[in-house]
Amino acid sequence: MMGFVWFWLVAVMIVGYVVLDGFDLGVGVLHLFLVRTEAERRMTLASIGPVWDGNEVWLLAGGGTLYFAFPLLYASAFSGFYLPLMIVLWLLILRGVSLELRNHLNMGVWQTLLDGVFGLASLLLTIFFGAALANVLRGVPLQADGYFFLPLWTNWRPGVAPGILDWYTVIGGLVALVALTMHGALWLSLKTTGELEQRARRVVNPLWAALLCLTIASLVATIAVRPASLDNYVHYPVTFIVPVGVVASLAAVWLWNRNGQALKAFLASCAYLFFMLAGACWGLYPTLLPATTGADRDITLERAISGPHTLAVGLAWWGFGMALAVGYVVFVYGKFRGKVVLGGH
Amino acid sequence: MSAEIIHRLHFAFTITFHYLFPQLTMGLGLLIVALKTVALRTGNEQWDRAARFWGRIFAINFVFGVVTGIPMEFEFGTNWARFSRLSGGVIGQPLAMEGVFSFFLESAFLGLFLYGEGRISKLMHWFSAVMVFVGSWISGFFIIVTDAWMQHPVAYDRLPNGQFEVLSFWQLLLNPWGLLQYAHNMTGAVVTGSFVMAAVGAFYILEGRNESYGRIFLKVGVIAGVIASIAIIFPTGDMSGKYVAQNQPAAIAAMEGLFKSESGAGMVLMGQPNEETGEIDNPIVVNDALSFLIYGTTKAEVKGLDQIPRDQWPTALPLLFYAYHIMAGLGTWFMLLMVVAAFLLWRGKLFAARWALWALLLSFPLPYIANTAGWMTAELGRQPWLIYGLMRTSEGYSNTVSASNGLFTLLGFMGLYTLLGLLFTVLIYREIEHGPEAVHS
Repeated sequence: MMGFVWFWLVAVMIVGYVVLDGFDLGVGVLHLFLVRTEAERRMTLASIGPVWDGNEVWLLAGGGTLYFAFPLLYASAFSGFYLPLMIVLWLLILRGVSLELRNHLNMGVWQTLLDGVFGLASLLLTIFFGAALANVLRGVPLQADGYFFLPLWTNWRPGVAPGILDWYTVIGGLVALVALTMHGALWLSLKTTGELEQRARRVVNPLWAALLCLTIASLVATIAVRPASLDNYVHYPVTFIVPVGVVASLAAVWLWNRNGQALKAFLASCAYLFFMLAGACWGLYPTLLPATTGADRDITLERAISGPHTLAVGLAWWGFGMALAVGYVVFVYGKFRGKVVLGGH
Repeated sequence: MSAEIIHRLHFAFTITFHYLFPQLTMGLGLLIVALKTVALRTGNEQWDRAARFWGRIFAINFVFGVVTGIPMEFEFGTNWARFSRLSGGVIGQPLAMEGVFSFFLESAFLGLFLYGEGRISKLMHWFSAVMVFVGSWISGFFIIVTDAWMQHPVAYDRLPNGQFEVLSFWQLLLNPWGLLQYAHNMTGAVVTGSFVMAAVGAFYILEGRNESYGRIFLKVGVIAGVIASIAIIFPTGDMSGKYVAQNQPAAIAAMEGLFKSESGAGMVLMGQPNEETGEIDNPIVVNDALSFLIYGTTKAEVKGLDQIPRDQWPTALPLLFYAYHIMAGLGTWFMLLMVVAAFLLWRGKLFAARWALWALLLSFPLPYIANTAGWMTAELGRQPWLIYGLMRTSEGYSNTVSASNGLFTLLGFMGLYTLLGLLFTVLIYREIEHGPEAVHS
């Protein structure tokens, strides 16, 4: 029971991170391509300025929750994905610093450079996050002691000894790249005005078409790579509501964006991310990290869950703390709701 | 090269660089509240502008603190997997609490503080400053709780698989080691914040520009500085030292360079511990002082390293000794300087006393060194334990991550952090150049 609860609490944190930091990563990618003038660039960055580091907190809070609820998983996955995680850290550092520096160094070449770093780091991060999730869904070569160490790539095929990157995880990376870029475009069309708003709305269309194809490809590929992903769905057919939700929310994005209902379209995109992640989690449950080296080596909920006292203590503060956190989030987004207004801050 | 050393250096380097930023934000957070409070009560626009100026410095520090802080949480898993596997149930809790209780609060109100002025009322803006301060201090608290449990494990049990379990939320948070360390550490952060503020004030007055702001900064910096510089020694430093002496005799003996147990132990002011001979080379000693400082009487016996099995001696003995002595020596300087500056301020002579302004200006790097040396003292003193008395450092690092993989990413961090350090310096320099009157886009 405790295992079930904590599995889904961690899942909620991950969804929170992807939905929130997702749009500012997407905005980062887009501003490489979409923005024409300095005013537009400032509007773009101002749309995420007050919220991006709060969004990133979900990663830390989620990571911390994962850490104490499933220490074995945290230890195994973080040391096993050592190199890509270090690259993620470097990208997060470059991204945060370039965004901050940009507000201070108002000089031509500097700005171009920093804009480039910010955009590129955002782009690579979306791919890394997608590939990371795909690695978890595919499984890793766990040893008997629960550890592993993955090279960046091997022969590009999922199998007993895969690398971080293979054709399957590359699909995962692309899904994340396109989904979050579209998510960012919807955010921009919600928050900006003028030509930029129009361009953001228009760019959703090709992204949407690509995402539809990639979503279908990723669903099929996941079943091919790890057929056990379907078990829970077959067992509880009512949960096929999740893939239905994926399709429905994707359709809603299209419709509402076409009609210029920016807020609804953005929320539909949030729902899409929610259903995709919830679907992935449900496909894994109760496994946390499958082993490509034999199901007996899987890191399961039962194996990784912390002791009962730890979880009881955790539950005591977690609900209260997260209620507060959600309160702040609502408060801040409320304060900065509506279109971005440029001017001195 | 041994993987253990690499993983230790990896964490040590990244945490040391990281803590250069939060120590200022935590200290400044408090001082900005002071500036905003005066502004709110007097309606004096100058104090508001002063707060805005320090808000900009705060924001730069905050971002560098955030981006260098994320690696710290990751490294528990990436570099210290075996430690995390066994202790995650305990250690992970305060780390998660930091995110949940502090970072959400801090980031929300910092956004409001930096971007909201004009959109929100003056009172609300003041309140945002208070909440940013509270958030940063809560964050410090949870990190200290984490470290305190490794220094002085409380409220735990072990499961059959070797994992540690937390038994009590409150006992974990109210670990006496943590409370003392928190008081000492936060005072240290205020020392940094006040020295930096006073130094910028001194700089402006010496340069003869922004002088009215220079006076404000000096006033606030010196008043906060004199209080913090006294409190860092007494009571917080004194109490911390006594508590270490009770609970980690090996650490205190090594810090003080006491190889042989003595009653009426002297305090070594300077010297070099010689591990071979078990003596201090070229010592300058104050007789009986150590016994007095720890036990309040000059005759009490202090346990030396000779009573501690060799395999439980702190592993980097001279380094620990130097770190502790540098911290204590600088602490003494802070108190002397700030008491003199406060006296001059009270007599109305500080702004004209160029020698004192120069001393304040040149002293601003020293609290960074003292805070770093203080943390080195705490963490080197804990060695060879990762969790004091329960788990050795050699049992905790990730043994699936080889030494040269670790070295590769350590070098990567060193390169990247060198770049960050340069950029940070440029940004802060520009803010100080622009001064509080600058209109920013």
